[in-house]
Amino acid sequence: MIPPVTTLPSADAVQKLKYYQKGTFTVGNRLVAEAERTVQASQARSNALTCGHRACQGCGEALGARYAIDAAMRATNNNLIAVNATGCLEVFTTPYPETSWQLPWLHSLFGNAAAVATGVAAAMRVKKRPEVRVIAQGGDGGTTDIGFQCLSGMFERNDDVLYICYDNEGYMNTGVQRSSATPPTARTATTAAVGPEPGNVFGTGKSVPKIAVAHNIPNVATATVADLHDLERKVIKAMSIHGARYIQINVPCPLGWGSASYDTIRLAQLAVECGLYPIFEAEHGKVTQVRKIRRQVPVQAYLKLQRRFAHLFKGGIEDPRVARMQAICDAHIAEYGLVDTNGKDG
Amino acid sequence: MLKQIEGSHAMAEAIAMCRPEVICAYPITPQTHIVEGLGELVKDGSLVDCEYINVESEFAALSVAIGASAAGARAYTATASQGLLFMAEAVYNASGLGLPIVMTLGNRAIGAPINIWNDHSDAMSMRDAGWLQLFAETNQEAVDLHILAFRLAEELSMPVMVCVDGFILTHAVERIDVPEQQKVDAYLPPYDPVQVLDPAEPASIGAMVGPEAFTEVRYLAHYKQTLALKLIPEFSDEFKKAFGRESGGLLRTYRAEDADMLVVAMGSVCGTIKDTIDEMREEGIRIGLVIIVSFRPFPVEALRNALAGAKNVVVVEKSIAVGMGGQLANNVDVALRNLPRPPRLHSSVAGLGGRAITRGSLHRLFRQASVQPWEGTHFLDLNERVVGREIHRTRKNRRSGPTAENILRQLAEAARPATE
Repeated sequence: MIPPVTTLPSADAVQKLKYYQKGTFTVGNRLVAEAERTVQASQARSNALTCGHRACQGCGEALGARYAIDAAMRATNNNLIAVNATGCLEVFTTPYPETSWQLPWLHSLFGNAAAVATGVAAAMRVKKRPEVRVIAQGGDGGTTDIGFQCLSGMFERNDDVLYICYDNEGYMNTGVQRSSATPPTARTATTAAVGPEPGNVFGTGKSVPKIAVAHNIPNVATATVADLHDLERKVIKAMSIHGARYIQINVPCPLGWGSASYDTIRLAQLAVECGLYPIFEAEHGKVTQVRKIRRQVPVQAYLKLQRRFAHLFKGGIEDPRVARMQAICDAHIAEYGLVDTNGKDG
Repeated sequence: MLKQIEGSHAMAEAIAMCRPEVICAYPITPQTHIVEGLGELVKDGSLVDCEYINVESEFAALSVAIGASAAGARAYTATASQGLLFMAEAVYNASGLGLPIVMTLGNRAIGAPINIWNDHSDAMSMRDAGWLQLFAETNQEAVDLHILAFRLAEELSMPVMVCVDGFILTHAVERIDVPEQQKVDAYLPPYDPVQVLDPAEPASIGAMVGPEAFTEVRYLAHYKQTLALKLIPEFSDEFKKAFGRESGGLLRTYRAEDADMLVVAMGSVCGTIKDTIDEMREEGIRIGLVIIVSFRPFPVEALRNALAGAKNVVVVEKSIAVGMGGQLANNVDVALRNLPRPPRLHSSVAGLGGRAITRGSLHRLFRQASVQPWEGTHFLDLNERVVGREIHRTRKNRRSGPTAENILRQLAEAARPATE
């Protein structure tokens, strides 16, 4: 058994480390001291979501869930209970009578994971087991749409639950339909790539991380499967805090996005580097840290790898709405200060 | 201890004595006083080791209870009417997962038209959701059934709904024997879960189940309810020994021994029916009553035995399955269908949306059943004039407007003094 994490590398320390000598941020453990290496790099990781599950090849959610839960397992010395919303993660991990979960795990319904987790946390309090911590997890549909009321209730009561949303920007389990996390112009089964404005419309959707911040809960963060160090640090930090916490992890979906399974990490990285998916952290209603863009890329670099955006580049002609996508990226960059003023990688 | 007390408050005190560990509260009339009472008991320190959670909806209320129960805590919530519908998905989920949650249902009509008064539409809407459903006749029984419910739920690892007539019971102040803590403790052992979320023994609960096993899982849920048919009388007997009064059981009879006509009913209306029966007995009419306490599991065999000797069975129920008739009558029919000479079944729907069920109306109903039996469902005290005029109006006028408002307008016009 690995000892629980007692000290946490500071966000600044993590930011200063460069892990991208091969163009990704996932290698490079060997460049840092053993204590600063990732949980995933350790043979003693819990493998909370172990092999044998039925996720698609290149599934970002499976990756994100294993990263996050392993980190939380380490942080809690394996005293962890997970509550799962209905969705891909629930379905591909537990085809009865098998399960890939190596921790106590409960699935109730699509829209109630946050409330069920509240109940588990309440039971742990009343049973006087403060060492046992609770995570609720779901996809973006189960979080930003159908589970939103329960999520907001859990937030405002400041229940001792970490809610993790694996955001793949649509209802992938039911066959790729639009959710309130689907980006503009994206083709889904319910926002077809036809008509004068193919794909999802502009001006809709919501940022649940921002809404979470507005609840003044102790800790809110966004993360990406492309930055394991940052993701693990955020989960471990969240587990060191009591009260309602929210982490939203961008998890590319090869099936829903129409991307190559080997591009999952690259896409997750490009989503951050173009500014479309801001990575930040907030405490008690205030943004406390942002993950700077290291090498800014135009949004086209991100869009072109995905068939859900293929209609934007049909016949080699760029749809003028690509400029509007870039404007969204630019707005994020300005809002969160994602690029240092000298334009260089800080 | 005998107290002059509101039904809801007496229930709250009894529930507190069952030492619930997690209580989820969301207001909906007419159950609200129960969770308010419990909140007070937690706040003032009378109920210790209990997490009282103010949730944001009924769906969350039952979901929190699901989480708490799966994590090994004794969980309780209460709801009514629209609240039960709003939590419907979780209602099925709690029973599907086999979690022994106890929930009070302050029986109330379901809209539209919105109506806060008592009938059994809400309980009937969830009759097939896999919960045990017990109906209280009096506030004393409402108090007692909660204690029985926790015992039963945890023995079977199945959720139990205690159905209590809204306002008629929940808001009535009367003399109730609120049990003593030691007696409840002796009757109700601590919750020993059959499944629990525990890091020391990780298990997955709530897996995806395909056609290869779904039937078996459902069969076992049904099997548990058949076990309850034996456990309910057993636990009720034990209750009688421990507390010195009769409550619960699958069903009870009243003056049924030599009856030609047997009335079947559930809940508080049985008091009025008993009074009516007493009066009719005075007149030499051999009439009796069968009170269903356990609607789920439905006591087919016990009911068949109780009804076998009668010539006429009149079901009086506070619910209507629109397009079919009364649900209780339909269920009673199942108990009668294999009798060699089954009694004639008369179905009547009464007291919808809180309409008073009077002795006078019941007299007429029971007499009519013996002299002028009807087919289908009889709506007790239906204002046929108003209904007839509305039907006529909607035939004449395509844009006839909203039904409920039209009926109310008719009634208002009829009530207006002639001089105006």
